[in-house]
Amino acid sequence: MNNHAVPAIEIRDVVKSYRDIAALKSVSLSIPQGSFFALLGPNGAGKSTLISVIAGLVKADAGHVRILGHDVVSDYADARRLIGLVPQELIDEPFFAIQDLLRIQAGYFGFGQEQWPWIDELLHNLGLWDKRKETMPSLSGGMKRRVLIALALVHKPKVLVLDEPTAGVDIELRLGLWTFIRQLHAQGMTIILTTHYLEEAEQLCEQIAILREGQLLALSSTQALLAAHPWEYIEVTLQGENAALPETLLTHIHRQQANKWVLRLPRGQVRTELVAQLQQAGCLLSEIRSIEASLEDVFRAMTSKDLL
Amino acid sequence: MIAKYRGFVTLCRKEIQRFLSVSLQTVFAPLVSTLLYLLIFGQVMPEGASGFDALSYHQFLLPGLIMMAMLQNAFSNSSSSLIQSKMYRNLDLMLLSPLSPLAIFLAFVVGAVVRGLMVGVAIAVVASFWVPMPVTHLAWVIVFALLTTMVLGALGFLAGLWADKYDKLAAFQNFIISPLTFLSGVFYSVAILPPIWQTATWLNPFFYMVDGFRYGVLGVSDVSPWLSLAVTFGFMLVLSMVTVSLLARGWKTRR
Repeated sequence: MNNHAVPAIEIRDVVKSYRDIAALKSVSLSIPQGSFFALLGPNGAGKSTLISVIAGLVKADAGHVRILGHDVVSDYADARRLIGLVPQELIDEPFFAIQDLLRIQAGYFGFGQEQWPWIDELLHNLGLWDKRKETMPSLSGGMKRRVLIALALVHKPKVLVLDEPTAGVDIELRLGLWTFIRQLHAQGMTIILTTHYLEEAEQLCEQIAILREGQLLALSSTQALLAAHPWEYIEVTLQGENAALPETLLTHIHRQQANKWVLRLPRGQVRTELVAQLQQAGCLLSEIRSIEASLEDVFRAMTSKDLL
Repeated sequence: MIAKYRGFVTLCRKEIQRFLSVSLQTVFAPLVSTLLYLLIFGQVMPEGASGFDALSYHQFLLPGLIMMAMLQNAFSNSSSSLIQSKMYRNLDLMLLSPLSPLAIFLAFVVGAVVRGLMVGVAIAVVASFWVPMPVTHLAWVIVFALLTTMVLGALGFLAGLWADKYDKLAAFQNFIISPLTFLSGVFYSVAILPPIWQTATWLNPFFYMVDGFRYGVLGVSDVSPWLSLAVTFGFMLVLSMVTVSLLARGWKTRR
């Protein structure tokens, strides 16, 4: 087995409960090296718990996790050297300036002054250079988020895990952040992220896993996941201000705006059938076009119980 | 080899820098309050209260007060540092690193020892201007100063590990540390107590720390310094093993 065949992260039968609540119910998945991977799921799906198990912040009740072949429990020191975690919740540190904090964090990983140029590079790349002498409490939420990213990268990990990195971050910073993360990925770093912005996941990630209630619902490439979606979406625009759809189509309405409807139909339903139904009902068709299913559509269909 | 211990050394330095950055509160405040104790108790207590004829009460009191300040500050350092890390959530930064549970524990203890010793030395230097403090057995002084600050550093770490809010930590300090300290013979000799209180004092591990340190300074003690050494060392060993084992299991840290 060559080194590249070893998964960046290998998760096998991981179980975790908090008292009576099962947060993870035997989750298994493998994330290849060099991938840009999204872990999606509604609130309470177990994403953060799984990420915390990977990073060693939470101990699984059963199962194991390996980072590039190193078990996160029995071989924790090597495993932690290979991974960087950007936690979802912000932290504070009132005693040390940002630059000192980063140097201290690098020190925990056994690095000394030889790592300082890299730390300075991180400060520049993340727009923190001017804030390097300030402490965390004086920074805005967005700035704190950047510090967390820098902290996760001080030891140059092979795998970077970002738990909701853009939550509460303005658009400009978000774009800058993704440009930087893309650069890291291009240099060979494996990136794993959770996000509520599904557009981000669709644009950035090659592989997606969807969790619901502690179980893995899907694990696939983004393209395959979109292609396997059982619905297609057709936008219909009718003429006239008081135009209405025939009753047979009302249950298919996905969304509506004035005399424009997006209908969700089983994939493969012939568009001519739809046009015929509209004409039979006396509707005057202005425009009809297909809309590609988005990751959000797929996600909603998979994670919403009543749609399954 | 050096890189292997760099994480530990980094955390030690961080723990020391942390309390030095607020030295007015962590070093000078205990210095002032201890000198006030010395001034007030030295004035109001009768000369015979030491229980040792050859010693003035001031002379008897000073080593006890130094020890009290050292143990309280050693405890405060590790306990407050750990609970602040929990409250600010920056403890995760340490937990995400390859630092071993033993290295984390020892680094916090080092920080506690350094603060405790700094406070103790500062009090000794300032107080020696009006209370003569001849050191009779320097080796015992060093041994008990080190061991006591280590024990209280470990105890502070355990308290910080257990407490998930400041309220709990304050309860630990007010209901365990303070009574054990004030009933450890800082202000009086056990010999002047009624038998039942003497027995109760012998069950207090802090008594052996204070008594052993007093032997080092004044050459007089209520029990043999060897017994005090054995009790203090044994207490430190058990406490350290329990605390490191709890940390390794992720008790109150790795959820």
